[in-house]
Amino acid sequence: MNKFSWYEAKSVEDAVKQVNNTVSEELYLPSGKAAIFKSGGIDVLDLVKEGLIQPKTIVNVRNIPGLNKISFDDNGLRIGANVTLAEIEGNEAVKTRYAALHEAVAHAATPQLRNMSTIAGNLAQRTRCWYFRSSDHPCFRKGGDKCFAKHSETGQNENHAILENDRCVSVYASSVATALLAYQGSVMITNGKMESRQVPLSEFFVAPDQDVSRENILEPNDLITEISVPAPDMNTKSYYSKQVQRASYDWSMADVAIVAQMNGDTCEKITITLGAAAPIPIRAYEAEKIVLNKKINEERATRAAKVAMENAKPLSKNSYKLPLFESIIKQGLLEIA
Amino acid sequence: MEKRKEIFPFGIPGHNLSEIEREIPNDEPPAWPVNDQLKEVGKRVNRIDARAKVTGEAKYTSDMKLSGMLYAKFLRSNIPHGSITSIDTSEAEKVPGVHGIHIITKNKEDGMVGNEYPEIKYVGQPIAGVAAESLSIAKDAVAMIKIEYDPKSFVIDLEEAMLPDAPLVFKEPIQRQEDGGDVGVVHDGSKGQGNLRGPTTSSFYGGPRGDLEKGFAEADVMVENTYRTQVHTHMPLETHGVVIDWKPEEMLVYASTQNTAGVRNELANYFELPKSQVRVICDFMGGGFGAKHSAGSFGPMAAILSKKTKRPVWLMIDRKEEHLAEGNRPSSIQTLKIGAKRDGTLTAIQQKSHGTAGVALGAGVGRIAQILYDCPNFKTEQYDVLTHAGPGAAWRAPGNVQGAFGVEQAIDELAEKLKMDPLALRDKIDKSEVRKVERSRGAELFGWSNRKPAGSASGIIKKGMGVAQSCWPRFVTLNSSIEVRILNDGSVEVRGSVQDIGTGTKTILAQVVAEELGLKTTDITVRIGDTLFPDGPGSGGSVVTQSITPPARNAAYEAKMKLFNQIATKWETEASKLEAVDGFIIHKDDRSKKIPFKEALRGMRTSQISVTASRSNDYGGFQQPWGLAYGDLGSVQFAEVSVNTNTGFVKVDRVVAAHSCGRPLNMSQLESQVNGGVIQGISYALYENRVMDKGTGHFMNANVDQYKVPYSMEIPEIEVIIVEEYGALSSTDAYGIGEPANIATAVAIANAVYNAIGVRIYEIPITPASILKALNKIYE
Ligand SMILES: Cc1cc2nc3c(=O)[nH]c(=O)nc-3n(C[C@H](O)[C@H](O)[C@H](O)COP(=O)(O)OP(=O)(O)OC[C@H]3O[C@@H](n4cnc5c(N)ncnc54)[C@H](O)[C@@H]3O)c2cc1C
Repeated sequence: MNKFSWYEAKSVEDAVKQVNNTVSEELYLPSGKAAIFKSGGIDVLDLVKEGLIQPKTIVNVRNIPGLNKISFDDNGLRIGANVTLAEIEGNEAVKTRYAALHEAVAHAATPQLRNMSTIAGNLAQRTRCWYFRSSDHPCFRKGGDKCFAKHSETGQNENHAILENDRCVSVYASSVATALLAYQGSVMITNGKMESRQVPLSEFFVAPDQDVSRENILEPNDLITEISVPAPDMNTKSYYSKQVQRASYDWSMADVAIVAQMNGDTCEKITITLGAAAPIPIRAYEAEKIVLNKKINEERATRAAKVAMENAKPLSKNSYKLPLFESIIKQGLLEIA
Repeated sequence: MEKRKEIFPFGIPGHNLSEIEREIPNDEPPAWPVNDQLKEVGKRVNRIDARAKVTGEAKYTSDMKLSGMLYAKFLRSNIPHGSITSIDTSEAEKVPGVHGIHIITKNKEDGMVGNEYPEIKYVGQPIAGVAAESLSIAKDAVAMIKIEYDPKSFVIDLEEAMLPDAPLVFKEPIQRQEDGGDVGVVHDGSKGQGNLRGPTTSSFYGGPRGDLEKGFAEADVMVENTYRTQVHTHMPLETHGVVIDWKPEEMLVYASTQNTAGVRNELANYFELPKSQVRVICDFMGGGFGAKHSAGSFGPMAAILSKKTKRPVWLMIDRKEEHLAEGNRPSSIQTLKIGAKRDGTLTAIQQKSHGTAGVALGAGVGRIAQILYDCPNFKTEQYDVLTHAGPGAAWRAPGNVQGAFGVEQAIDELAEKLKMDPLALRDKIDKSEVRKVERSRGAELFGWSNRKPAGSASGIIKKGMGVAQSCWPRFVTLNSSIEVRILNDGSVEVRGSVQDIGTGTKTILAQVVAEELGLKTTDITVRIGDTLFPDGPGSGGSVVTQSITPPARNAAYEAKMKLFNQIATKWETEASKLEAVDGFIIHKDDRSKKIPFKEALRGMRTSQISVTASRSNDYGGFQQPWGLAYGDLGSVQFAEVSVNTNTGFVKVDRVVAAHSCGRPLNMSQLESQVNGGVIQGISYALYENRVMDKGTGHFMNANVDQYKVPYSMEIPEIEVIIVEEYGALSSTDAYGIGEPANIATAVAIANAVYNAIGVRIYEIPITPASILKALNKIYE
């Protein structure tokens, strides 16, 4: 076991001063001197145990005062970085006003893990691609020169991406992110100079063709302090479904979130997001267009679902994801109609 | 030995219970009546070690902490095929806290040609071991061993390994049969070419029968299909491992094993020590499922490191190593052709299979096709295909689980073609009386009559019902002995090397001895799993109950008779006039004459009575020429599933499992065994699957996250029916149930899925992807 020192951050300022790297950068290009953030510690310790990172210092942000509050008012929902998935699941406002988020959180991981998982850690966790997780497989994301999963004859890619999968075919691990993206949430980040900025989730995730070494925009010293989600209006309806092989707990094979504003049966605003479809959570813009400002009926729902998969390029073992996504997109649209 | 005649219960209560007269040796105890009339046996007795287990007091091998103990860790290969050109341990040796390093070299019997290190044949093959003051130091040191390979091309896919130009796993014939494999089938590693070995065409039930061509010519209806099963690892909660203290006077071994005596023999043999100087102890065991019969490579490694360092060495492997190197249920691709007459009579069965046990043999598909049903014409050809992957090992009903997956789907298909109910067809072709009862009792409890035609369910989520049967031989290990001691305070001790691998062997031994001595189960102290005591059977083949409970009863009976003789002399009567009931020894003719069991031995000349008994032949002998006990350990299992036809999600809603095992000894434990077997069957049917990268030969999901096993929500309502069946075959007439519990489940589920969606799935695991594919929902 590699040895590391432990630093207990006392404040946001203390935390951002202590770190010097992100998990992703250290993993891509090991410095051997990294001081990294840890909140729930689930992913950080998994990566350490898998031999993928050897941090010199772990900066524990889990106990920073003030980052563990969750509140709801007219401006929307604010979730402190250290709020656990279990706390979000139990929150009344989330249950009543953000049904899709509630569903997503309640179906992430296991009850035990939800007690430990923080929302910031969840959003910033690395992919569960088994090649990425194996120190014996130097893939693109680890500075290597190939994607093992993509190989049409040898790759084991049943869990992998069907969209935006030209280079790295991993899928984003967080299924909670799918729902937060549909609600058009954003992330509040404080950097090393103690400057804060708000980044919409649509700009938070980084696709492999932009930069394969990372999955989000976080720079060294960037600390997420809060996630905010706009207030839904009275006509907002939402839907979330995560498909798995094993109900007790499983990583998503396909998950879909839909947040729409309905006027009668006409859809006035809509976001449809897909998880486990691409290396990052994505919006199905073309599918949204099919139903936007229209009545949602069986025929349109079917077409929207088809359109969402139009550009899909399944790999050797994951073409089942297409009908799977289609069926839940369609079901979701019909449910909110 | 003089013989006497005894009347025994015979048959199935509630069905055909009668009596039978047997001639038995005089030292055998009198016949027990049916369970209803017994006090401890057949009852829902709590496990005698339940408290120790739930409170954590029970000490497993990995819990052992000996003074001065070191922790060992393996270095394993991370290439699938190649030779080692150099190993440099100099840096590792310098790590503070490292006490010993051992590099595995070729065995004498391997012939010392070329390279001194064994060739690497799979990812995870052990290369060296390090013993250090802590596990983390050992791990650090392992990481510092420098190793250079000369990699060679490899093959991990069964079908690719059969191609003419496939890289060879073994250039020379292999005689070696990894532990277990497919029980009772001779895997001849000397025949075959390329990576193919075999075919195996016979088992202990003999070879081919009749004339296939004639049989198929007589058939009105034919079913022919190919069925595929995956590689399935064992996943015991406790991994493989040992703690070994090699002292000058003896080698003391704590082992997580299914066979203490076997591990002792293996280590004594390996190190050329007298068996009397190797002691193996397994007090509590965290699951084995067939993979834990041998000392493996961890046994010799820990022993050598202990010898080198003169310290006890702890060597438990981790979860990843467990998946990679410590056994798996081989895969199979089976083609079955079955012919039948209009009325269901089978005319011919032809079976051909290929399976891979990685670098080992034993990938046969068992004997289900050969003997489950009456069929005059039969032929099987079972091939082993060698691949560069971890060795297979016996896995809960080896061979038969894979074989059942083919046969019992084919029978289901046949029933449909014949327009017969699957149970009615089995009534016609299955001669087993006990399975007949299991079918009818099971069908009633399950509600089989509510089953609808295949694919006729409406709605998106479709429900389906399926049934499947199994058989398993009644193996008996005659080399099974046990000692019963009565001490002069009336306490009773049972001692043997036989181990309790979690099945409840300790408890049934206590029940049987208590019943014989007129005591309570909790009055008996059971010390087993220690080779200091008489040799017992290994826990494999479901042999334990039938092998060890008769000698335990016989030893208790003999000890009791010795005690009776002493009391009879004092009471001036005959031993035959005494009986032991409810904690007393009583004069049968004058019931006021009695003495508490506890006081009976006081004032005796010697302070203990000790009797060791061994397994005698079955009353009425064994089935010839096979040497198996009469009868069968079959089952009939029913499954109900829901299938979401939009998402492919499958849920098992309910299982009814009807089983028999002779005289049931402990209902709670039997149910627990069946529950476990069914859960593993569900897991095999729907979840578990070894995923290998074909480009690198690595096992990609060697963990407990992406190697999926069921958790609470995957476990359905399981109802267990135990059919009592008396055969008058031994002094307890009881049998094991461990393996039978696991055979029929997966195929019952496959049949239920077919009934739900109307499309048959020929391959497990059945996943959302395979359901969507079967329903033709996948387009490119
Ligand atoms: C078996 C298993 C199943 C799971 N299933 C699911 C699932 O179905 N859906 C799902 O969404 N998730 C799932 N998860 C993820 C899990 O719920 C956790 O959210 C996740 O592993 C990490 O959360 P954490 O709080 O422990 O983060 P950590 O491990 O502490 O951190 C994760 C990353 O975030 C960074 N980080 C942490 N806090 C901050 C911060 N405030 N600012 C900036 N960076 C930060 C760390 O440096 C690290 O890179 C699963 C996990 C496991 C182990």
